[in-house]
Amino acid sequence: MTDTAPDLDRLRGGAPPRNHDARTIAALTSNPGCARRGVMDAAGVDKDAVARELGFPAPFGQSQFAITRGNAFEAQVKADGCAELLTLLRERLGLDVPEVAYDDLEVVAGNEGRELRHSRTRRLVARALENGEGTLFDHPLLRLEIAGHPAYLEPDVIAFQLAGRLHVIEVKSFAVVDGQAEPEQVAAAARQSAVYVLALRRLVAELGHDPARVSHDVFLVCPENFSNRPTATPLDVRPQLAVLERQLARLTRIDDILAELPGDLTFDLGESLAASVRAVDARYAPECMSGCEMALFCRDEARACGATGALGRSVRDDLGGVDTVGTALGLADGSLHPSDDLAETADQLRAAARLRAEALQGVA
Amino acid sequence: MSALSSLARLQAVAAGIAQPLATVRHCHVSDAPLVLVPLKLAGEAAAPLAVMLGSDPGDPSLLVVPQPRNRDLRFAFAASLAKLVLNHIETSRGAVEELPPGKEGEERIRYGDAPQLLVPNRGGVAFLRMMGRSTRFRSTEGPYAVEPAVPVLGRWLTWFADRHDHPGSSLMGAVTELLRLHWATGQSSLEDGNLAALTGWIDPPAGLDGPAAAARAEDPVVWPPAGPTTDPTFDNEVLAPAIAGYDRSGGDSRAGERLHAAIAGQLTPTWDLMWRAVGLLRALPEGASVPRRWERDRDAFTYYHQTFGEAYPQARRDPPVRAARRLHDLERAQDAYDAQRAFDDPLVMAEHRLSGQAFGGTVTECDPARLDETGKRPKLRPLLRVATRDPVRLDAGATVCSADRPALKGRIVELDDDGGVVLELTGGMGRKLVPEAGVVPEVGDRVCFTSLTEGSFGAAKFPDREDTPWTHGGPPGEYVPTDEDAEEDWS
Ligand code: SF4
Repeated sequence: MTDTAPDLDRLRGGAPPRNHDARTIAALTSNPGCARRGVMDAAGVDKDAVARELGFPAPFGQSQFAITRGNAFEAQVKADGCAELLTLLRERLGLDVPEVAYDDLEVVAGNEGRELRHSRTRRLVARALENGEGTLFDHPLLRLEIAGHPAYLEPDVIAFQLAGRLHVIEVKSFAVVDGQAEPEQVAAAARQSAVYVLALRRLVAELGHDPARVSHDVFLVCPENFSNRPTATPLDVRPQLAVLERQLARLTRIDDILAELPGDLTFDLGESLAASVRAVDARYAPECMSGCEMALFCRDEARACGATGALGRSVRDDLGGVDTVGTALGLADGSLHPSDDLAETADQLRAAARLRAEALQGVA
Repeated sequence: MSALSSLARLQAVAAGIAQPLATVRHCHVSDAPLVLVPLKLAGEAAAPLAVMLGSDPGDPSLLVVPQPRNRDLRFAFAASLAKLVLNHIETSRGAVEELPPGKEGEERIRYGDAPQLLVPNRGGVAFLRMMGRSTRFRSTEGPYAVEPAVPVLGRWLTWFADRHDHPGSSLMGAVTELLRLHWATGQSSLEDGNLAALTGWIDPPAGLDGPAAAARAEDPVVWPPAGPTTDPTFDNEVLAPAIAGYDRSGGDSRAGERLHAAIAGQLTPTWDLMWRAVGLLRALPEGASVPRRWERDRDAFTYYHQTFGEAYPQARRDPPVRAARRLHDLERAQDAYDAQRAFDDPLVMAEHRLSGQAFGGTVTECDPARLDETGKRPKLRPLLRVATRDPVRLDAGATVCSADRPALKGRIVELDDDGGVVLELTGGMGRKLVPEAGVVPEVGDRVCFTSLTEGSFGAAKFPDREDTPWTHGGPPGEYVPTDEDAEEDWS
């Protein structure tokens, strides 16, 4: 544990910590610059509960039809010790998978501590790397250092060992039709898998092995066309890995953020919750909507202070990074005088305002 | 995005109502479009749940699959949908126009009109594309026989979805996209994807401003989503029990009606919104090049309709030459469409003025009768000096044309530092050595010139399908659907 641990426990206000999952990781990679999310995630705060308490429940409801379908597909792929999955790997991808062992690392008996589950993952991975034992490891509990603090990842993936190399297998229930799936869904799956590859690589390195023994080729298992038949597609996640590593390296250390915060800050549910949340800077962008439970709260806050970021990153970029609507409009109508570094942006905005006005007056 | 449209968003925030991004309408809107609001079952690739459709705002049809996992019910739904859609297609052709015969003397005709399909959003287009894919290969004979109209519907839906990819085509429109082409709201493009929120910004109900209307629109109880995805809470609390009730009743009609009513409640608000959006678009004056693009759409429709009987269903994937030709066509269509919109609409041209590919200003000097006598024969080459405040990014020698009269061509002779552009006019002034009256701008006139052209680039050279190079897999066989296609699972 690092020195920040006690602080982080206090931030959580006695509630048990939440593990990272696909959604928090998506938020991490789509908005690395947000201190608010960084601190809350590092402390394992239940953001969903916080957002609800603040009156901005996260819009992440899931339809039972989708859940049923997802579970049914996953169960089918994994039935009988992953029989269908193995057939796929052998026949579709032509992999020479010898005899098979399947280990499920999910909580078996009650509320196992995450340290315990993680150490079991470690043990099995170590054995696999050393003497090739084990083939499929379901629900490994991984750990990744994020902003100087270890975060637990609870991926819904299988680590697959073949000839001394580990591959990540992700089972998703979106369809691959004629060899194509919806690009956004594939992109999201690739981003998530990259996180797992990275976490596995760190683990392998900690165990004293070459991290390259975790392959950058992950396997995506999805239903094919309009059927329930699974199909496997290899996916090279090197680009996503590169982005992720860059973003992780750039994250402000949580310790540094914490050092700036009042000593008695807590996200305990209660009257002072909103003030506590506001005390940590956010950086809202519309991408938050799909990734972070706090999105509606932060959007409201961003709009209330006229942040251009609430209109989208591309708008903010078009405005040369001017932060507020008021400033941008002031520069555009000439009522504000730009500082030197904004002179060019101001010129551009004034020209844009003049051209719009001219066109709308019907003067050519 | 551009600085201009981003500025429009800021102005929308400040004004509390959407701001125009266009002064004319850039798409065709039919007198009686076929509006479709589809819903699919969550978690499935193409399991239809319902669709509300029709071309009369006061008289929608509602088709429902009472148990979306039942294959027979699904195909029965596809057959009913086919009947309505195909009927619309057949009744939207208008009179036949005879065209002058083609190069090889072949007869050419064009239908006087074409069907227009409107869905709420891109998701709707994607869903109809999937519906097309999952029905077009079905066989009408044998053990997995479906009604003959089902594969016909599949081919038409595939065709419409394909035309949607074609820049400037109005045959299948996603209404959120069409609105966004004409208005900027004070919210992000993510929120603009919500038809109710978008319409709220453009045309807020009495007593509300844009933000308030949009905020209300985000409540799925007041405004259920415009599909094809359903509201998860509706799924869990209303739909699932209603479907279970239908199952338990063994197909009882009262249980079916309850389900019908629940789904109608989800779709009706969007149905009304679709027609409000159609009204908003209709209220804009039509852009000058819109009829020309609609004519291309009618040509495409005429061709597909005429050759429908001889053709096979569209392949699962395009063979390489076809794919390359298609990409080339799309790029050309995009360029032409962008340019046409700019010529039709000063507000779109303003984008090009801001980026420096066009400039507008006042004529300060003019020599309309100037002749260039350096060649064998004298040529009419009037000179103009235009004072502009625009950030011109064109070089001396660049060819430009007039935004108001694209036939009037010129060449930039000189740009001076304080916003003067000297132009030599080179064409579009008639055939004599004196310009036709009123063609050359006079001192004091407002003008706008641009390097954009509506240009035709000439058809690209692609090998015929028989000559597909071996590097691209050699000549492809015609795609003939197999039995396997016909019996493909749809579960
Ligand atoms: S929603 Fe708020 S807390 Fe979450 S990432 Fe965005 S800005 Fe940060």
